[in-house]
Amino acid sequence: MKKVTEGLKAIAETVALCRPEVVSAYPITPQTHIVEELSVIVANGRLKCEFINVESEFAAASVVLGASVAGVRAYSTTSSQGLLLMAEVLFNMAGMRLPVVITDANRAVSAPINIWNDWQDTLTIRDAGMIHLFAEDNQEACDMHLQAFKIAEDHEVMLPVMVNLDGFILTHAFDPIEFPSQEEVDKYLPKYVPLEKLDVKNPLSFGLMGGPDRYLETRYAMAETMKTCPAVIRKAARDFNQMFGRNYGELIEEYKMNDAEIVLVSMGSIISSMKDVADELRAAGKKVGVLKIRCYRPFPVEDIIKALCGKKKAIILEKALSIGGVGILTADIKASLYGQKNVPEISDFILGLGGRDIRISDIKAIVARAEKENVKGEFYGLDPKLVEEMDK
Amino acid sequence: MSTVKLFNAGHTACSGCGESLAARLVMEAAGPNVIVTNSTGCLEVFTTRSPQTAWGVPWVHSLFENSGALATGIVAALKAQGKENEARVMAFGGDGSTADIGFGIISGMWERGDDVLYVCFDNEAYMNTGIQRSGLTPFMGATSTSPAGSVTGGNQKQKKNLPMIAVAHGVKYVATASVGYQKDLQNKIKKALEIRGPKYIQILVTCPLGWGSDSSLTIQLGRLAVETGLYPLFEVEEGKITNTMNVAKPKPVEEYLKLQTRFRHISKKPEEIAKIQAIADANFKKYKKDSVLF
Amino acid sequence: MVSRRAKNILIGKPGTSLANKTGGWRVFFPVVDKMKCVACGMCVMSCPEGCMQTTKETKTLVDLDYCKGCGICAKVCPKTAISMLKEEK
Ligand SMILES: Cc1ncc(C[n+]2csc(CCOP(=O)(O)OP(=O)(O)O)c2C)c(N)n1
Ligand code: SF4
Ligand code: SF4
Ligand code: SF4
Ligand SMILES: [Mg+2]
Repeated sequence: MKKVTEGLKAIAETVALCRPEVVSAYPITPQTHIVEELSVIVANGRLKCEFINVESEFAAASVVLGASVAGVRAYSTTSSQGLLLMAEVLFNMAGMRLPVVITDANRAVSAPINIWNDWQDTLTIRDAGMIHLFAEDNQEACDMHLQAFKIAEDHEVMLPVMVNLDGFILTHAFDPIEFPSQEEVDKYLPKYVPLEKLDVKNPLSFGLMGGPDRYLETRYAMAETMKTCPAVIRKAARDFNQMFGRNYGELIEEYKMNDAEIVLVSMGSIISSMKDVADELRAAGKKVGVLKIRCYRPFPVEDIIKALCGKKKAIILEKALSIGGVGILTADIKASLYGQKNVPEISDFILGLGGRDIRISDIKAIVARAEKENVKGEFYGLDPKLVEEMDK
Repeated sequence: MSTVKLFNAGHTACSGCGESLAARLVMEAAGPNVIVTNSTGCLEVFTTRSPQTAWGVPWVHSLFENSGALATGIVAALKAQGKENEARVMAFGGDGSTADIGFGIISGMWERGDDVLYVCFDNEAYMNTGIQRSGLTPFMGATSTSPAGSVTGGNQKQKKNLPMIAVAHGVKYVATASVGYQKDLQNKIKKALEIRGPKYIQILVTCPLGWGSDSSLTIQLGRLAVETGLYPLFEVEEGKITNTMNVAKPKPVEEYLKLQTRFRHISKKPEEIAKIQAIADANFKKYKKDSVLF
Repeated sequence: MVSRRAKNILIGKPGTSLANKTGGWRVFFPVVDKMKCVACGMCVMSCPEGCMQTTKETKTLVDLDYCKGCGICAKVCPKTAISMLKEEK
């Protein structure tokens, strides 16, 4: 039975069903309702869990890191400034191969301070060694958490996973959500079994220093794991579909791609609007498809080559950039296609930063523009008056 | 002789390192049923050059400033597994980690009342990165970032009073110790581990490299710091001083200072030495048994 | 699989530092006068390497595999039973 629930509360409910044994997080908009709701769930005894109030996101990440080395399932969540404050711990967590799950309610990064959505927070952390998953809607965001724990804790993976959902657009939207039963979740996601843990009966040392003679190999191992974990991610998605009857694709999802000539590429909640645009334009005789990137790290290079080569045009819509460089997603996609045959023409647009609205009409205008010429890293939707004012 | 102990030889601390000695004494007092978290710093580096480790207890290092929060996470994980009686948790950090960069974390841990014994190995500077000043560097002590210049000589600030900051947090057991008094140090560790809730022990550990002292004088310096009044040893339980180490005949601070090159720049400046003497004299008055601090 | 092996090289087994014989660092080495030694244990308590032991029967023994020659033991011995001699290399 579906229950109309706010995105964040739905995630808190789902996380509780995953039975984390230690939870620690710190409030920040737009994530706050997750930490609040989880504290309520624990306070009411619906989840047996140690809920730790802390003085910063840095502490929250460190607490769950400690809990994870001690062998339990651990969870945290944050946004924006909070994610950046966690950064040092996240790199460490990944290097120590700890399967913590962290939800990021994606938000712009200061300055100027801005609480609204884009992906600059998570994409800035992309090199930490975490797996990054992006959800299109709240049902997928919920279901993705079950998959995230399963992927992270797989003994062939043992890396932290970040589940991303767009701030406000998803986090504060009320949608009918199908919640699985506890029995079903327990079956899909059995208790976490660590490979090793802090244990007085087997007193191992964790987090050793690695000099020039060993460091390279530890990073190599992470990179190798990133190559093997697509299989685990695919299996987690398939098993989920089999058990719960919901399918969101695996590393990518292809929408009306078979005969598509123009492909809209992006991640997260904007995909829904892009699908609507594809439908509309198809009705008008244009062969438009949508490529949704569900798993951003590891980057699904093979899937993207297969999906895009042979198409006429790819239009990348992206909500983050490497200032002084190019759009972050664009860089990944172009690198994936380098040296391939029948590579499509690529146009890429930076839009929606800091929560700027992206309407169906905007996406249609972008397609029209990209049909005329190839566009590289154009900021779409700038306010001409403000631009002029800044020049004065 | 090389059977595995709780803290093992083969570590790469400098010859005569007081921090390594203190770590061994702490572990011998604590026994095997402990889990240790350790901040980045000399102790971490000289004990765990992978693949080797000097530790014989479960031990974890993550970052420079988070050993307190790791300890919180471990206590929570033990509780979640119903194993809170299986192991006591200790968090280790240097003075830099404890008093400076990691202090917010430690304050949070104390405020929550987590069942952790935090041990600060106070060698009075950032030794691992080459002897820079920390909040626990003593007045006038020369370091590579508070050098003995021609205008200012050494660290111009007073040592941060971390034990009293701990007391103000309501930490149940707060004690200072010195590597010069091994039995006292070990008794304090044992006593602290009997108590549930937050505990803080700050141990003065001689650093021959950073202090510019002879490697053989590690114990003498640990004692002189106490005998001069510069490093008073006391225990505070539930806000009350329950014990102080009695110094029948205080020694002049000069006896302590002259053995260390970090104070060489004031060796011929009696007016500067007098300022340090005043700190020592005040300490004797400040820390009196039975005083109620909070 | 590399992923599985990965964790292993990041984890240390208890006391493996014992493989690192730090005795080679020494410039001076301690010699115990067993006639003078009363096995009080002061030196044992003060050695940063934990490489000394003592009993009434054996008196103080030093494990020269690890002794770094710091001279602490000689300084703390109340019976001045330990002297530091120069290594001949
Ligand atoms: C965030 C961060 N800043 C700086 C450093 C560099 N660093 C490593 S150890 C250290 C000093 C350690 O000093 P202390 O805590 O007193 O320990 P000691 O080495 O003196 O025992 C510093 C500055 C670091 N590792 N991480
Ligand atoms: S620098 Fe000081 S604290 Fe660090 S190992 Fe050497 S003596 Fe010990
Ligand atoms: S300190 Fe001196 S007397 Fe005491 S045990 Fe050691 S060698 Fe013997
Ligand atoms: S010289 Fe130093 S290391 Fe060697 S036995 Fe004596 S105290 Fe230990
Ligand atoms: Mg220090």
